[in-house]
Amino acid sequence: MLKVTSNRDVANEGFNSSVHLKNAAAQGESRNYDDFMIVDVDAHHYETEAFSEIAEYIDDPVLRREAKFQGMARGGIASMDGSYQEMTGRITRYPERRGEKVPPQPHRDITLMYRWMDALRVDVACMFPTPMLNIVTCPRIEVEVALARAYNRWLCDNILESENGRLKSMLYLPFNDPAACIDIVEKFGSRKGVIGFMVVATHYRSVHDNAYMKLYAMLQERNLPLAFHAAYTWSDKQLSLTNRFMAVHALGFTWHNMLHMTNWLVNGMPERFPKLKIIWIESGLAWVPFLMQRLDNEFMMRSSDAPLLKRIPSDYMREMYYTSQPMEMVNNPKALEVTFEMINAKTQLLYSSDYPHWDMDLPSTIYDLPFLDEQAKRDILGGNAQRLFNLETTLAPGKHERRAQRGVKAAAG
Amino acid sequence: MSEQVLVCRSDELKEGAVRLCTIGEVEIGVLRHKGSCVAYRNVCPHQGGPVCEGVRMPQVEDVIDENGLFVCQRFNEDDVHIVCPWHGYEFHIDSGEHVIDPKVKLKKYDVVEREGQIYVAI
Repeated sequence: MLKVTSNRDVANEGFNSSVHLKNAAAQGESRNYDDFMIVDVDAHHYETEAFSEIAEYIDDPVLRREAKFQGMARGGIASMDGSYQEMTGRITRYPERRGEKVPPQPHRDITLMYRWMDALRVDVACMFPTPMLNIVTCPRIEVEVALARAYNRWLCDNILESENGRLKSMLYLPFNDPAACIDIVEKFGSRKGVIGFMVVATHYRSVHDNAYMKLYAMLQERNLPLAFHAAYTWSDKQLSLTNRFMAVHALGFTWHNMLHMTNWLVNGMPERFPKLKIIWIESGLAWVPFLMQRLDNEFMMRSSDAPLLKRIPSDYMREMYYTSQPMEMVNNPKALEVTFEMINAKTQLLYSSDYPHWDMDLPSTIYDLPFLDEQAKRDILGGNAQRLFNLETTLAPGKHERRAQRGVKAAAG
Repeated sequence: MSEQVLVCRSDELKEGAVRLCTIGEVEIGVLRHKGSCVAYRNVCPHQGGPVCEGVRMPQVEDVIDENGLFVCQRFNEDDVHIVCPWHGYEFHIDSGEHVIDPKVKLKKYDVVEREGQIYVAI
């Protein structure tokens, strides 16, 4: 009579290499491997699980600290994303954020967004992902498209639909697939909280490619702005020549947007889509006067290279929108004031914090500028965005409570 | 004429630790470094971050050999910085001055340690 000789609960027994390979051991038994020596000339272990020990052997103490902070697993120190944006632990909210306690409801991301927004006194925020911005550099285009669709649907279903109107987004467009971009605008363009669409700038497609004209026409027709969100990638051939994060970030976050802006202008896109609103995000501001001067100068000599333009490039640039962060303001207020004048900041500049990233800007970076009057400050901090995105007047609950305590009767607006 | 305000007992502030205290309207961080105490207003002159709540980091140095070749980086443990946790502005812990621009500096308070107690002079 046959009997059960072993009875395993595979789901709960835990992984053990010896058990996993018991059939191999049986092969060895049946083949009498015990009778001779076997040498394996290519075998591996996962040293990443002991990487903190290996890091102790790095001679350079600064690099050792960075390696211990970032680790060696996916996204670790040697990867293309192996940046140290958090400055090897100096910006404490990066590592400590993960342990932040939140109540079961609402969604964790809503709670965390509200916490920083309330602290900064931000009423409405346009939220973007962080690591998922980098799917634009994924060589597998179908993966970028699948992740973009998943993220957009998740964001709409779980965040934008369920909160009270303080959270918005310009949804990610997988720019490497023009047809998918069109599909996403069709599917998500009227979802709650969607105030436009966004392209991450670290792609290698020309923005004037005919493949995108239908996309631009759709956005123009729907009055939905198109934003180019700056980014960097150490996989860029030129930027791979840099060796410190400060360098790849300072150049990368401006270079890619400068490239797209130049193509946008030279190919006459503002004349072809005159009502399409364009926003340049997270490149700071100093690049704009440089590019205005550079392009105006060349255009006056080579207008035949950009025959669709009826005015100098800077005239078109002054009609586009720019987010403020990271605003270059170290020790040169005159340059900043000139920049504000050149970009017509009073109507075209949109405050942005970029929180929680390392170079975030508080509203005080705008509010404390001595060369702006009160109305200009309020327009840059909110009014310009309200008009651009056609937003309802919304104040955070905490502002209503404090205003009530102060006896302020009139609603803002 | 400054007034000395009791912060805590000396043994309550261990090496490397910081004690935050509010005196009037001002939050002050009292830090112990290499046995001594320093005190700064807990506001970064950059954008107002809680500078005393940041990590301490030594000065990073590039090591260049006699032929001008890069060798490695190293920490200078004799020059420890207070790092603002908001943006990473670094200040010499002894002076409160920014490591690049000394005109950018933390508001410093005198600290007196006597009879097992730590006082901040306001």
